[in-house]
Amino acid sequence: MKTSIKHLAQISALTVLAGALAACGGDDDNDTPAVDTSSQLIYEVTVKNGTLAQPFSPIAVVAHGTAYTAFKIGEAATVGLEVLAEGGDNSDFIGEANAAPSVYDTTTGVAPIGPGGSEVVTLEVDSQFLPTLKVSVVSMLVNTNDVITALRGGDIANFEVGDEKTVRLISYDTGTEANTEAAGTIPGPADGGEGFNAARDDVNNVVTGSGGVITADDGLTTSILNHTHKWDHPVMTVSVKRVQ
Amino acid sequence: MNTPVKTLLAGVIGCAMSIPTMAAEFSVEVVNLTRGIYFTPIMVAAHTPDAKLFESGQPASTELAQMAEGGNIDGVASILTSIGATQSPNPAGGLLAPGASATAELNTDAATGNTVLSVVAMMLPTNDGFIGLNSLPIPTEPGRYVFNVNGYDAGTEANDELVGSGAPGEAGFPAPGPVLTASGSNGTGISASAENYVHIHRGVIGDTDPTGGVSDIDSVVHRWLNPVARVIVTVK
Repeated sequence: MKTSIKHLAQISALTVLAGALAACGGDDDNDTPAVDTSSQLIYEVTVKNGTLAQPFSPIAVVAHGTAYTAFKIGEAATVGLEVLAEGGDNSDFIGEANAAPSVYDTTTGVAPIGPGGSEVVTLEVDSQFLPTLKVSVVSMLVNTNDVITALRGGDIANFEVGDEKTVRLISYDTGTEANTEAAGTIPGPADGGEGFNAARDDVNNVVTGSGGVITADDGLTTSILNHTHKWDHPVMTVSVKRVQ
Repeated sequence: MNTPVKTLLAGVIGCAMSIPTMAAEFSVEVVNLTRGIYFTPIMVAAHTPDAKLFESGQPASTELAQMAEGGNIDGVASILTSIGATQSPNPAGGLLAPGASATAELNTDAATGNTVLSVVAMMLPTNDGFIGLNSLPIPTEPGRYVFNVNGYDAGTEANDELVGSGAPGEAGFPAPGPVLTASGSNGTGISASAENYVHIHRGVIGDTDPTGGVSDIDSVVHRWLNPVARVIVTVK
């Protein structure tokens, strides 16, 4: 799963197929390698958007061990995180994860998650990683310059089938783009402006918590945003359930 | 995990019933989560559960006001000394920059009744804002515990948002080095009065005029949402 993009419908189809093959007692499908499902752990990750008018860019979801971290507070964002945070494109971020140590599976949401909406994706991990398993989820609040929401290294070690954990998450400023809120700088539907730009012109090129947005309604006359684009914490809810 | 990862209270109560006091060696990492707020010298202390450095809805002590208005933790330290607290003052060695972190090491082996943790530091630029972790029961099981910390207003000074004095009872906020650099000047000041009790800070107004306007605080850079800090307790 690490290099391919899969979502729930596809995983379910594969699971059904594997079950059918196991029932037949043989593997006569040349296109599908035999999978010993008993050694695979499967987790459903449900992500909810709790904002009023901040769509989440397609989520990046990573199953990993202790050696990986999506980002650190007080350190500069990777380019992959910058691309995600400024334009909502998670492909470089997922590429970085796939190249990182102790990353066991990655997946992406199929589309943005609208305000109030949710999405379920599936992670599949070899059972040998059960004792150290963590999960990270990262997504952009697309009506901002460079704000993300993230679960970093949520501990799901030693989950048994049916175990579930729910956490509520805050927003972070990746520090890669000045928070001008100006027309032409915000990729989301509030503006339709620029996404990724390699320049790093924020006051402090490190990841911190986000202070939210001001908007034109709250006195930033040069902002393209309005009061509906404001938020408070938490902004995202993530539930992780082991289903196999 | 971004939220407390263990059910702390139940664990502490369970231990308290079987073992009256627990010795502990632990570290306390304070992370400044804000985009543009500096923390003045931080006080990290373990103390007995019957004492509190502040209480929401109640007036601040003069010692807390001294910390919240000017960043001076001497008064808070005196209170803590008087109650036999285990202190680790100023782990950052001065200002803690946005995104930065500092770690204090505490050992309560010699004072096993000091079972709760408090962390306070002024937020700059604000008139009397501070980060406050208030009498958190210290975990006793070895492990790493993450706690979110909110910003409070001490209620002792009007939030005029102007560069001024750090002395208790005097208007304005002190602006050492990097805070002065990031602050404006010549603001006319926001009409406000001291609120008279400790409460969750309502945030700053600020403006985008560095040489005038109503405020010397930058509305783009100095705004925050709670939590303003994380405290990571690692019990050894």
